[in-house]
This record gives sequence, structure tokens and C-alpha cells, in this order.
Amino acid sequence: MGLSALTVLGADRPGLIADVTGSLAECGASVQDSTMTLLGGHVAMMLLVSGDLPAEELGRRVRLPELVVTAAAVDARHDVCRGPAGLGYVLTVHGPDRPGIIAAVSAVLASVGGNITGLSTRLSDRLYVLIADVDLPAQVDVADLMRSLAKVGAGLGSEITFRPGEPELL
Amino acid sequence: MTGRARDLLIAPHPVLTTTADPVDPADPAVIEAAADLLATLRETAPRTGLSAPQIGLSWRLIAFDAGRHPRSRSSAGELVVVNPLLAQASHWESGMESCVSVGGLAGEVARAGRIVVHGSLPGTGAPVTIQADAFEARCIQHQLDHLDGLLFLDRVSRALTLHHRPHSCDA
Repeated sequence: MGLSALTVLGADRPGLIADVTGSLAECGASVQDSTMTLLGGHVAMMLLVSGDLPAEELGRRVRLPELVVTAAAVDARHDVCRGPAGLGYVLTVHGPDRPGIIAAVSAVLASVGGNITGLSTRLSDRLYVLIADVDLPAQVDVADLMRSLAKVGAGLGSEITFRPGEPELL
Repeated sequence: MTGRARDLLIAPHPVLTTTADPVDPADPAVIEAAADLLATLRETAPRTGLSAPQIGLSWRLIAFDAGRHPRSRSSAGELVVVNPLLAQASHWESGMESCVSVGGLAGEVARAGRIVVHGSLPGTGAPVTIQADAFEARCIQHQLDHLDGLLFLDRVSRALTLHHRPHSCDA
């Protein structure tokens, strides 16, 4: 059983996800991790799929005329729990749209070893919103990081909030 | 006093990210603003709450009427509160929110499901205490955030809960 990474992009319509996942099920492929969302009216799917067929064949099986599909073999699942546990935070940026917001903010996070584990950006009229789930190494000076983020936010004309987002352990 | 509905500010706008100032509830300008806030709220139905910053005034005034919402439990009725202060908050729960000043976006926000808020009534300045739960509590906390220059976007719990969709739980 091999692992394949598929991306599927197309104009949204009812039944599209059923068609794509149905095609995968028909050829015995199993969807492991996946995320699907709407981007500007287009459905965007990213799927990690296991099965006997090679990635190229899986991509061919799900390729519908209106879809853009890419497929690539993946070596193995990465163990997301390796290394010391980080601390979870949520970052929000909102302000006027302009090029380079994601690049500027993510560079600040990367400079302290922060790892973005989830990211959504949305443009609504003139308002640009970025929300990111961030894992920080435990030794990071969070107050200093927040000062750096605020400085970047001011340069972008945007508001930035950065807050703990650790899930409650029950 | 009959107020007049004012235009709503839409983000990004500096007034929406500025901490609002306390005001004198007996000040005639504040009384007029309270009437205008209520008139604007009535025009934005079925929206259930507004804050003074959303009509361009960086003053600590909120208006709400949670009784309009089908999922409300407590309802203090149609009310304007001057200098509201959150005194107690408990029973936290997550829910989807949107905002009339943030068009077309919704996200998951954790709010207290039971709150106690103190404030004053416009005009007389009489003290008022609101005990709210469920949707009314969420609506009031959303308005209180506006007074502190915060949007619901600043409290979204996870990145992937942000969506391009207006939600019925418009606070």
C-alpha cells in the first residue's frame, strides 16, 4: 500500500466531493487525512490517500473535465508528535488588503521557530483577514514575539492579535 | 427622544479598532447618540446588537435586543447601556459569529454562556444590571468587544473555522 497526495480544484457544485471520493473508493483507495474548503467559489481539496494504485493512476481516475488534479507519491506519514511539545497559539491579522501580508507575518513566526499548522485567509470587500494556528517552541519569548508582530502589523496598516489556543485536555 | 439611523462603519476602519471612551449618561450628546444607536439597530433587524463605534462614535454605548433571535433564552428587551462593564462570566461555549461591520465572514468564537453586566441608562444615568445567558450573553460580549476595539475575528478559536458565509447567529 502506497501513499499519494492529491489536490483537486474546480468550480463548486453539489456532488463534486461525492464524485471525487466515489472515484477513489471505486479503485480501493482510502482517504486518510484530508481538508476541503471553498476558495473564491472554487472547491479546493487536499487528500492523503493510501491504496495499491500509483499516484499518477489515482489522479487519472478522479480527473473530471472541470477539475484540475495533481497527484504525487508520498514517502510516508510524518510523525507530528516528534520532538518536544510546542505551545499552541492563534494569530489574527485584519486590515486593508495588500501584497505580502502572509509573507511578512509568517517570516516573523519562522524567525523564532514557530510552525503554522493551520491557515485561513479571506478577502471580504476591502477587508483582508488572516487567521493562523501556530505552534511555538516552549522557550520562545512570547512577549518579544508579540512586539515583533505588532511592529509588522503597524507596517501593514493591520491589527494583529496573538493569543493562546491550546485545546483543553480532558 | 426619537433617534435617526446612521450609516454603519465597515472594517477596515480605525474607529473599529480603537478603545472607546467612557461617557456621561446625562450628556445631551450621549442621549442623542443612544437614540441614534437604537434607531440604527432597529434598521438593521434581524441583527440583534450594535455598539457606538459601529456608527462612528468612539463612546462606550451598546444597544441590543436579543429577543429578536430565535435561539435566545434570556432577553432584557430593547436596551441601550452606557459604560457597560462585564462583572461576571461563566459557562463558556463555542458558537459561530459574524458581524454587520465585517461583511460576509463568520467564525467560531468561545464566549461565556452566562454573564452579569453593570452599566447606566442614558438620560437618568440610573444603574442597570443585566443577567444574560445563551445568545443574549454572546451578543452583549460581542458589543463589549467593539468598545475595546476588538472584532470577533480577534477571538476566532481556530484558523479553519473562518468562513466566507454570513451566519444566522449575527451578534
